[in-house]
Amino acid sequence: MSTLKTLNGNQTIAEAVRQVDPDVMAAYPITPSTAIVETIAKFKADGLISGEFVCPESEHSAMSVCIGAASAGGRVMTATASQGLALMWEMLYIAAGLRLPIVAGIANRALSAPINIHGDHSDTMGARDAGWIQIYSENCQEAYDNFIQAFRIAEHLDVRTPVLVGLDGFIISHSMEVVQVEGDEKIKDFVGEYQSVYPLLDTSRKITVGPLDFTDYYFEHKRNQMAGIENAPGVIQQVGKEYGEKFGRYYGFFEEYRMEDAETCIVVMSSAAGTCKDAIDELRNEGKKIGLLKPRIFRPFPAKEIALALKGTRAVAVLDRSACPGAFGAPLFTEIRNALYDYDPRPKVVNYVYGLGGRDIKVEHFKDVAEKLDKIAETGKVEEIYGYLNLRE
Amino acid sequence: MKKETWKELTIGTINLEAGNSVKNLTGTWRSGHKPEFIEEHCIQCFFCWLYCPHFAILVEDGEVKGINYDYCTGCGMCAEECPSKEKSIVMVKEEVKLAEGGTE
Repeated sequence: MSTLKTLNGNQTIAEAVRQVDPDVMAAYPITPSTAIVETIAKFKADGLISGEFVCPESEHSAMSVCIGAASAGGRVMTATASQGLALMWEMLYIAAGLRLPIVAGIANRALSAPINIHGDHSDTMGARDAGWIQIYSENCQEAYDNFIQAFRIAEHLDVRTPVLVGLDGFIISHSMEVVQVEGDEKIKDFVGEYQSVYPLLDTSRKITVGPLDFTDYYFEHKRNQMAGIENAPGVIQQVGKEYGEKFGRYYGFFEEYRMEDAETCIVVMSSAAGTCKDAIDELRNEGKKIGLLKPRIFRPFPAKEIALALKGTRAVAVLDRSACPGAFGAPLFTEIRNALYDYDPRPKVVNYVYGLGGRDIKVEHFKDVAEKLDKIAETGKVEEIYGYLNLRE
Repeated sequence: MKKETWKELTIGTINLEAGNSVKNLTGTWRSGHKPEFIEEHCIQCFFCWLYCPHFAILVEDGEVKGINYDYCTGCGMCAEECPSKEKSIVMVKEEVKLAEGGTE
């Protein structure tokens, strides 16, 4: 039965895990994702889940356990954040290269140094080329919905690629919200039984997993791997539609908010999009034609769809919650500006880095951005392509 | 040997053909030297068999009989480790030629 529960982001992930009940859950607790692991451990101790819970000595080992368990043929999940995800780094690439449909919940957190436990996207953006599908959540409800859909996306036969679901550290991971939790049976029915294609535990068929490739095969295997994530867009849309039909909440590549006649647009992911919606409402009340585009799927990047949604505007500000030292703009900006290059006319696109280490972003900051966008739309001139929000200059 | 295109490969680097490393003729890696077996000096201690990293020591009816040059990389460990008074394996010069069937 569908019920309303008061849960924080970490608890919603744990609740989804309890309902899906994967074969193996391997994780090493780290702030701000600790409560995901703690709650799963409690569920296991209370006999509410049947899968194996493994707490190894590090995140590197946790992902290694996931890889082993998934190769064996199991449905597998983990959770981590920040330094934990960074420590998993080499294993992330292996999980993707072996096409293992592992699902990970990431309570997005800043990376050291300086050490900081608060929310930003440096951790998952650092893993953006690891070959994982990346889904970002605005609130606890989305974190729950995304995590359940992640199993279906990862395990689809055309995809078979690991998926990570991001929820902003503390802002979502530790904030209580009323969340619609669907019935256990309905969720079990939605995710279905997982069937591994080449399980190592099937001793009737002897196979090798992860053999050495020389110059003559590595390139072909990497290209073969990319086909999985390239097949993901259609599956993501299908799963999002099916989820909506079943539970009433529909999901696509991104959400458009008041974009219908927008002349300017702010692009921002995750929790900040919620604050941005309030800013957009206030600006709309003042008569400004501004909208929000909130990407949900960052990998595979829905370049064409986002470009089509933005090409009719005059100025776009892309807000990144991570910096990319030495690069020409932060990660989301470089994707979006690149996606728009083939369209003519196309909007001017600027980039603002915000919220590093959990720094607040408020309605007033979005209004400042809107003002700058108005000026760009009016004059057609960009004074500063790259800037920072709420930073002491 | 025809090599698969990326579309023909099994996903996830899975190799469905167990034990196919026998097709990898590591003997093609030899570059100028090869071991030569001198049977009359051999004391059948099996040190060469034990040390050879490529299982290239030929054994028949429980006795060392020579070298399998399909897999011998010419590393020289067998000759180095051979303890017989007069060496029963010595490294000799060999003309380098690229063989078929190995990796590139």
